Amino acid sequence: MKRRNFIQQTSAATAFIGIGGLSSLSFKSSYKKHITILHTNDVHSHIEPFGPDDSRNPNMGGVARRATLIQQIKNENPNTLLLDAGDIFQGTPYFNFYGGELEFKLMSKMKYDAATIGNHDFDNGIDGLYAQLPHAEFDFISSNYDFSNTVMDGQTHDHKIFTKDGVKIGIFGLGIELQGLVNDSLYKETKYLNPIEIAQDQSRILKEEKNCDLVICLSHLGYKYSSDKISDIKLAQTTKNIDLIIGGHTHTFLEKPTVETNKAGKKVLVNQVGCYGLYLGRIDFYLDDKNNIETNGVKIEV
Amino acid sequence: MKTFTSGIYLLLAIIVLGCKGNSIETAEIKGHRIAVDEKVKANAEIEEFIQPFKEHLNNTLDSTLAYNPRAMVKSDGDLNTAIGNLMADVVMEQAGPVFKSRTGNEIDMVLLNHGGIRSSLNKENISARSAYALMPFENEIVVAELSGEKIKEMLTYLEQAKTAHPVSGIQIEMDQDYKVIGAKINGEEIDEDKTYFVATSDYLQQGGDNMSFFKDPITLNKVDYKLRNAIIDYFKKVDTLKVDKDNRFIRK
Repeated sequence: MKRRNFIQQTSAATAFIGIGGLSSLSFKSSYKKHITILHTNDVHSHIEPFGPDDSRNPNMGGVARRATLIQQIKNENPNTLLLDAGDIFQGTPYFNFYGGELEFKLMSKMKYDAATIGNHDFDNGIDGLYAQLPHAEFDFISSNYDFSNTVMDGQTHDHKIFTKDGVKIGIFGLGIELQGLVNDSLYKETKYLNPIEIAQDQSRILKEEKNCDLVICLSHLGYKYSSDKISDIKLAQTTKNIDLIIGGHTHTFLEKPTVETNKAGKKVLVNQVGCYGLYLGRIDFYLDDKNNIETNGVKIEV
Repeated sequence: MKTFTSGIYLLLAIIVLGCKGNSIETAEIKGHRIAVDEKVKANAEIEEFIQPFKEHLNNTLDSTLAYNPRAMVKSDGDLNTAIGNLMADVVMEQAGPVFKSRTGNEIDMVLLNHGGIRSSLNKENISARSAYALMPFENEIVVAELSGEKIKEMLTYLEQAKTAHPVSGIQIEMDQDYKVIGAKINGEEIDEDKTYFVATSDYLQQGGDNMSFFKDPITLNKVDYKLRNAIIDYFKKVDTLKVDKDNRFIRK
């Protein structure tokens, strides 16, 4: 019954704003701004597609195909951000041979805007990660790893603001606790800071001080756990000011984003696209002249 | 729009009482995933860029390192298998000198796990690719110094496991009911007052396969040597692989 209501409301809404087809969005002039977020996570050095005989993912994935999709979407909407939620490294001999050089070079060619750092990105040690940075023409955003006593000091951003078509998009990044997950000789003196506290702080700075229209968290915390462990779902529920969490780590294949309600009663989207570059995630935000995506009287049913 | 065909939509219709008089405005968020599959044409420039990396990798991975005269599978023995013996002996032979040079001590024995043998080895020329198949994980070799008492716990574990976990340096005899009737390290009975240097993988040392006797060892020594790299180095060193089961771990 609820579902039917939703469909009716949706068709009424779409008729009103005149969506004829997905490629011909003709909004009223006050809704002309369109921001596209593309994202990957846990690609794990999967450069080539899986072969036709692969038992689990035959003919799936491949960087060269992903590049085609990204190019097509950027041609359609230049106001696109391309993001990765970590674990770029480790999983095929490409990483063992080249240490991540090829992964970073390809992401640079595809014009990734930013990535956060996953636990496997420390697999050649923090020095191994640092050594590959010259190949990365995109930003690393990490808010809860304190790298000040490491070689990575000054190499990452606590947050970064991208402006597309006048829309300010603030991004911060969260990494998972490394102790017990990564050998401490690899991450060395990297300090893990409480992700919820950091998220509250960063999202407040971005939304309230820097006046960002959209706040995105790039997270490698993991989608959801049965334990008390901090996850993207928990993060969404216990913070405010975040509009979208792009996750990783748990290799969770979501067909569509999960909608959660935050501490302030507002909706937050949580998305993750599994692993190995099998899927490309896409979120489209349509905003009004004032760059609002939420106002009073928001009605969402999924 | 063809890139959308595989996607599933989430449509959030945010119906807002707008600021312009009494008109109703709608903002939207849509989310879906796009399958990266064979329907998507590969970007030629990216493929070209990958090509030299790929060629170098394949040439290196596929160049012959050694010859395997007989197919080896991990199911070919009761409590020891040719392929398991090979892996455990490789650890002893390759990590031994590194450990000795760092600590002055000898590795007394090796214990790996049967589940860690990730593929068989065909009767054919062996390459680094075979080593990647055999050991796709990044596990490091570590050497745990265990008390004689902990070695006894290890034997109890093996009695319950009834599995051909690969060993080297230890000789274990069990009866038909998998009760240990004899166990010797370096040809001597296990001495509860002595300590033993046991090489294994960091995964097992950290409690993998419930090998709890590895927890809290007297000393834990890293050798900074990946199991796979030890295998590759061994393949480079020998011409022909050893393919024999023996009596290191048997039932009588």
